[in-house]
Amino acid sequence: MVKVSSWGRLSYEEHALRHFFDREAASTQLRGAGPGICFGMGHSYGDVCLNPGGALWNMAGLNRFIAFDEETGVLTCEAGVLLRDIQRLFVPRGFMVPVNPGTQLITLGGGIANDVHGKNHHRHGSFGDHVLRLRLARTDGSVIDCGPEREPGLFAATLGGIGLTGAVIEADIRLRRVPGPFVEAELIPFANLDEFFALADASEAGYEHTVSWLDCVWGGGGRGIFMRGNPSASREGKAPRAGRLGVPFVPPVSLVNSLSLRLFNMFYYAMKKRAKGPILMHHESFFCPLDNVLEWNRIYGPRGFYQYQSVIPREHGREATQAMLGEIARSGNGSFLAVLKTFGDRQGRGMLSFPRPGVTLALDFPNKGASTLRLFERLDAIVREAGGRLYLAKDARMPRDLLESGYPRLAEFLSYRDPGVSSAMSRRLMGV
Amino acid sequence: MRRRRIVIIGATSALAERCARLWLTQGPADLVLVGRDLDKTGRVAMDLRVRHLDADVRVLATDFLDPACVRALVDGIFAEGPVDIALIAHGLLPDQGACQADLDRCQEALLVNGVSPALFAEAFAGRMERAGKGVLALIGSVAGDRGRKTNYVYGAGKGLLARYAQGLQHRLAGTGVAVVLILPGPTDTPMTSHLKGSRGCPPLADADTVARIMVDAIEKRRPVCYAPGKWALIMLVLRHLPRAVFNRLNI
Repeated sequence: MVKVSSWGRLSYEEHALRHFFDREAASTQLRGAGPGICFGMGHSYGDVCLNPGGALWNMAGLNRFIAFDEETGVLTCEAGVLLRDIQRLFVPRGFMVPVNPGTQLITLGGGIANDVHGKNHHRHGSFGDHVLRLRLARTDGSVIDCGPEREPGLFAATLGGIGLTGAVIEADIRLRRVPGPFVEAELIPFANLDEFFALADASEAGYEHTVSWLDCVWGGGGRGIFMRGNPSASREGKAPRAGRLGVPFVPPVSLVNSLSLRLFNMFYYAMKKRAKGPILMHHESFFCPLDNVLEWNRIYGPRGFYQYQSVIPREHGREATQAMLGEIARSGNGSFLAVLKTFGDRQGRGMLSFPRPGVTLALDFPNKGASTLRLFERLDAIVREAGGRLYLAKDARMPRDLLESGYPRLAEFLSYRDPGVSSAMSRRLMGV
Repeated sequence: MRRRRIVIIGATSALAERCARLWLTQGPADLVLVGRDLDKTGRVAMDLRVRHLDADVRVLATDFLDPACVRALVDGIFAEGPVDIALIAHGLLPDQGACQADLDRCQEALLVNGVSPALFAEAFAGRMERAGKGVLALIGSVAGDRGRKTNYVYGAGKGLLARYAQGLQHRLAGTGVAVVLILPGPTDTPMTSHLKGSRGCPPLADADTVARIMVDAIEKRRPVCYAPGKWALIMLVLRHLPRAVFNRLNI
C-alpha cells in the first residue's frame, strides 16, 4: 500500500498501486483487477483519481509513441504519454497538441478522461474533439476500439467519463500545425465584468486564445487582466529558462491568506497593467505558467486546497459571476488564482464533458474546513439557479443533485460504466 | 559526422530504453535492438522511430541462454559493420525466498543476470578487439558488491558480471576498446515496481536520471560508474563493514 494524494492535497490515503508498462499486457493485467481506477500524474484536484483503500492503476508507465503521420498530424500513442512530452517532441516539427490545458504535466489518458479544455475552446473545442480513436481495456478482459463512428456511445461516455468506463490504453489524436513555438500575446486590463464580456466578444473572432486573470480582492471583484493571443511565426522569442523554481517543503500553514492575497493581487494587477502592446511568449509560459514552479500546490499548507470551477450559461453569466464574486468577498476568502474564460458555442462530445456554451470561472481556496465548505454551498446555489455545472476534474465536494442538474446525460452515461471501476468520486456522486 | 551504430541487448529493459531515447536526441544513429520477444522489442523500436524520424532502428530476437545463438547474433551484427557502442542491459530481479526454495528459479536468476550477459560480453569483446574500437557497457548492480541475505541470488549474478567486466578491462587495456561497468542503485523501473510501498523498499532513483548518468559514463568511457554517484560512497562503506557488524544488519 502506498499513500497517494491528488493535486489539491486534501487527503493522503493508502492505495494498492498497480503499474502498467506494456500496452499488450494491459488487458490481462486489468481482467478481474477491480474495483479500481486509473491514475496518471495525479494532477486533477479532488477525488476523481483516488480510490482510498483500494486499487489504483498507474498508467504513467505506458509512455510509448506508436505512430505519427506527418501529412495528417495524427499521432498514435499510449495513454501514459505526457502532453509535455508530445509538445517537446512535436513543436520543433511544427505541430502542437490541439488543446493545451493549464498544465502539460498530465497524461494523454487523463486529458481524455477529464475532457480537458484550454484557452482556445471558442475556436477548437475541448481535448475530446481531437480524439479520433481510443482503445479501452475493461475489467472483464475485453479490449474495445472506439471513436466517433465505431462504438460512438462508449466513445462519448469515455471522453470526460472520469475513468469510469475502463482504462484508456492508447489513442489517436490529431495534432495542430503551428508556425513556431511562440504565441503573440496581448494583455489588456479591464475594470469590471461588463468590460470583460465586451473584450471577450470582441476577441473571439480574431484571437485563437483568450483567458483572463481576475482580481477577486480589489476593485469590487471584477477587475482583471484579459489575455489574448495567436500562434506566431516569429523565431525571435526566448525559450523559458531550464532552471526551475520549486516549493521545497510544505509550510506549516497556508501561505495564502488575506494579507498575501491582497498584496499579490495588488502587485500582479499593477505589474500586468503596465505591459503594453503585443508580447512574444513561449508556448509553455503562455499555456502553463505554473508548470515551472514545481509542486506549487504546497503553498496551501498541510490541509491542502480546493478548486471550484463552474460554467454558467451565457445568458446568466454576468449576473451569476458577479454574485459569486460578491459571496467570496463577503466570506473574506479570496482566491489567489481566479481564472475567467468564455467558452465557445459548442457542447463537449462527452456525456460528462464539462465545457458548454457560457462562461467558466475557476477559483482556488485554501482548505479552512467548514467555513470553506459553507462558502461552496452558497456558490453552489448560484450555479444551480443559473443552470450551470461544476468541473469534475476539480471537484472534491459537490452535492449529488448538482451533478444531476448540471449533467443531463448522466443516466445515459451510467449504462456505459465498467462495473469493475470505482473511484472515491464515483462512490461519492453516483453511489458505486 | 558518421552515424553511430549502437547495439542494445535486452532493449526492453527500462534503463536501456531510456538510454536509447537519450542517444537519439544526441544525433542520428543506427540502433540494433535485441530482445527475447520480437513483438515487445518491436514496440520499443516503434516508439523510437516516432521520436526520431532520422533514426534507423532494427529489431532482432534470439535465445539469450544459448551460446551458439549469442555468437551467431553478434557475428551477424558485426558482419554488417562495426559497432560503436554495445550495451548489455538485460536482467531480472528474482524473489530471494523463491530462489532459496526452488533451485530452478535460482538457476534461472543466475543464468539471466550473470551467465547470459557474460556470454554476450565475451562475444562483443572479441569482435571489438579485432576491430580495435568500441565501447562495451554492462549493467551490473550495487547488489553485486557484497552479498546480502535479502538479495544474494540477484547479487551473485550481477557480481559475476562485475568480475567479468574487470577481466575484460584488464585484457583490453591499451586497445581502443573500453569496457564500462554501470552499477545502478535501486531504480524506479518495471523491475522494482512491485516493491514500491512495501516495507523496507529503499528510495528509488528516477530511471531518466540513471540513464543520463549511464549515457555520460559510456561517452567518457569510465571503467566503473555508480548511478547515482552517491552509491559509490555507500557501497564503499558497506563493502568494508566488518563481518561482525555487517551480519547484524537486516538488509
